[in-house]
Amino acid sequence: MGLMDKHAVIEKNATLLLVGSLLVVTIGGIVEIAPLFYLDNTIEKVEGMRPYSPLELAGRNIYVREGCYLCHSQMIRPFRDEVERYGHYSLAAESMYDHPFQWGSKRTGPDLARVGDRYSNEWHVQHLVDPRSVVPESIMPSYAFLKEMPIEVKDFSTHLIANSRVGVPYSDDMIASANADLMAQADPNIDPSGLEARYPKAKLGDFDGNPQQVSEMDALVAYLQMLGTLVDFKNYDEAAGYR
Amino acid sequence: MKFGTEIVLLSLFAFAALVAAGFGVDEPFRQHMWVLFFAVAGFTAILLRNTEFKPAVPIDPAAFMDGPIRYGAVATVFWGVVGMLVGVVIALQLAYPDLSVEPWFNFGRLRPLHTSGVVFAFGGNALLCTSLYVVQRTCRARLFGGNLAWFVFWGYQLFIVMAATGYLLGITESREYAEPEWYVDLWLTMVWVAYLVLFLGTILKRREPHIYVANWFYLSFIVTIAMLHVINNLSMPVSFVGSKSYSAFSGVQDALTQWWYGHNAVGFFLTAGFLGMMYYFVPKQANRPVYSYRLSIIHFWALIFLYIWAGPHHLHYTALPDWAQTLGMAFSIMLWMPSWGGMINGLMTLSGAWDKLRTDPIIRMMVMAIAFYGMSTFEGPMMSIKAVNSLSHYTDWTIGHVHSGALGWVGMISFGAIYFMVPKLWNRERLYSLRLVNWHFWLATLGIVVYAAVMWVSGVMQGLMWREYDEQGFLVFSFAETVAAMHLYYIMRAIGGAMYLSGALIMAWNVTMTILGYQREEKPMPRPIAAVRPARSGARKWA
Repeated sequence: MGLMDKHAVIEKNATLLLVGSLLVVTIGGIVEIAPLFYLDNTIEKVEGMRPYSPLELAGRNIYVREGCYLCHSQMIRPFRDEVERYGHYSLAAESMYDHPFQWGSKRTGPDLARVGDRYSNEWHVQHLVDPRSVVPESIMPSYAFLKEMPIEVKDFSTHLIANSRVGVPYSDDMIASANADLMAQADPNIDPSGLEARYPKAKLGDFDGNPQQVSEMDALVAYLQMLGTLVDFKNYDEAAGYR
Repeated sequence: MKFGTEIVLLSLFAFAALVAAGFGVDEPFRQHMWVLFFAVAGFTAILLRNTEFKPAVPIDPAAFMDGPIRYGAVATVFWGVVGMLVGVVIALQLAYPDLSVEPWFNFGRLRPLHTSGVVFAFGGNALLCTSLYVVQRTCRARLFGGNLAWFVFWGYQLFIVMAATGYLLGITESREYAEPEWYVDLWLTMVWVAYLVLFLGTILKRREPHIYVANWFYLSFIVTIAMLHVINNLSMPVSFVGSKSYSAFSGVQDALTQWWYGHNAVGFFLTAGFLGMMYYFVPKQANRPVYSYRLSIIHFWALIFLYIWAGPHHLHYTALPDWAQTLGMAFSIMLWMPSWGGMINGLMTLSGAWDKLRTDPIIRMMVMAIAFYGMSTFEGPMMSIKAVNSLSHYTDWTIGHVHSGALGWVGMISFGAIYFMVPKLWNRERLYSLRLVNWHFWLATLGIVVYAAVMWVSGVMQGLMWREYDEQGFLVFSFAETVAAMHLYYIMRAIGGAMYLSGALIMAWNVTMTILGYQREEKPMPRPIAAVRPARSGARKWA
């Protein structure tokens, strides 16, 4: 029992015990997480991916704030039933600008990774205001208050700057026009040409049906309507995606 | 002056909160800072009212410091009831969605309140007070650092209050079990480092040559949680007077960092820490030594080494690379062995004392805890197998699994430790009532059985309905139909949870009466029966 006797050394030295257990618990994390920052299939770039427009980002923040991720996943697994139900399985690249990720861990409601373009803006608003008026079986809470909440845009560029500091490629141009872009996406009276150049495929419109103000409902619906729409899978090279 | 420095520092802290409330860039942050201001200012006022200008009574350096532990025991029971109550409320919200009250009491904001409430407020306080109780007694040393223990206790309660009110205000990082925003995270980091210094300092001044096995587990829990917390919560605040921050990592990297954290919040917070509890309180209550010293060495090192690798099983079949998923699965299955090593060591400690199961409801509670630990550490590795996970992931089966571990293992072992400690901490001869402990035991056990069985059945049903095809190759069920099918199960689950909560309420009553010094007049629990012992001379002869 030589080895077991040697363990007494650790049992009598708190520093050794502390350092020893810290070393033991670091190994797994290093081996599993560190390579993800270098491997091709976790840092690949797929055509169509772009940073979120300011309105989409604001909507995403509301999605996070309300804890939507607790009941809705955004990660389609490569199974026949999931692909038929929700669309093409999710790629790593599709969440490359997601700080934080919103893959979720539970489907009390359906997956939302590709919910964009599936329903009309009116449907989304009605569903968020009174879920059971459009889906009788739904157990989702009501989010009617979002319609009344004007979006806080004192200086939205700070949000883009924070994102660029953690690696999202927002250009100086994007940061400078953040407030204007946020309003332009939800207000049909504003010329959206600059916005469209900066954020291709951005959905435009008065999402909540109230032209008087840009509300949190506008932002959330704008975000939901773009989910999963950036990558065009007609042009996606499936075989090249396998590694 | 008693509390002099504390009062000055706290008033400065309160003033800083007030300034932040004035200059905050977003509404939730301003509201949150008002909460902080009132909490800290109120605490300062309490200290001011209790200050004295007489010279302090010298402290006996040989005596244990049990004040923070008494507070911790009360906090454990209080937050336990709160956290479980919120759990029953959100369970009912899933059955009756109109119970959600927007915006503050919607399911999405209450759910983190429940998980953090039971894991960090109830479980965290249980770990805090038991670890400080155990370390003093097994090291025969007073807590290190004077009032440091009070800072750790109150600092941790402030963390709980800020986290909980933040969730209701919509302040969240959306990282499961690590939802608080950057400034609350920073505060917790300070408190946690103080906790590490307090615990390690006490071990260093021990008057026993050996560090007792319970302390290995507590120490590894404290240091690993520090590492996980800091790395998982790395984020970039939008403003230093704003609530919002963006996580340092994105997408795949962020997902694995989060579940590396998330799984080890289970592994170290809810397992290693509570194993420390088991290693002290089970031998104490059973009055038997730990079954195997060698087994405790092997399973300690194996457990902490293997647990860290298991995170990727939360991300099976996602965009995480296959090799990482497979690695996570393999290590999760291996983890079964050290987990059962702990279970065997705990259960076999009762060798020669099994009869106490019949007479001592506290031992019964501890044994049930270890049994549920064994059950859920078998279920976990099974669910980490990719083929099983393809069915179970995203369903309520996972919720059932978590609760058999949380209610069965974490809850029951904590209740056992509380029942053991409270009479000793308040110098009471015994608990107010052992019969009430027995009631608590049965309500809790039946509650867990109902909860876990219902979630198991409904989770498997949900998974099978999602993938059900008809003979023509079409999906049979719309998603909404699978939601409707869950209704009855959600009601039954809420009933199971309510049974468990009512057990906790009985405990709260029992503990309160014990602290107040009452003893209930009641028929004693059954005594050991002489007939099960070998017959002695003079015993009844065969008729």
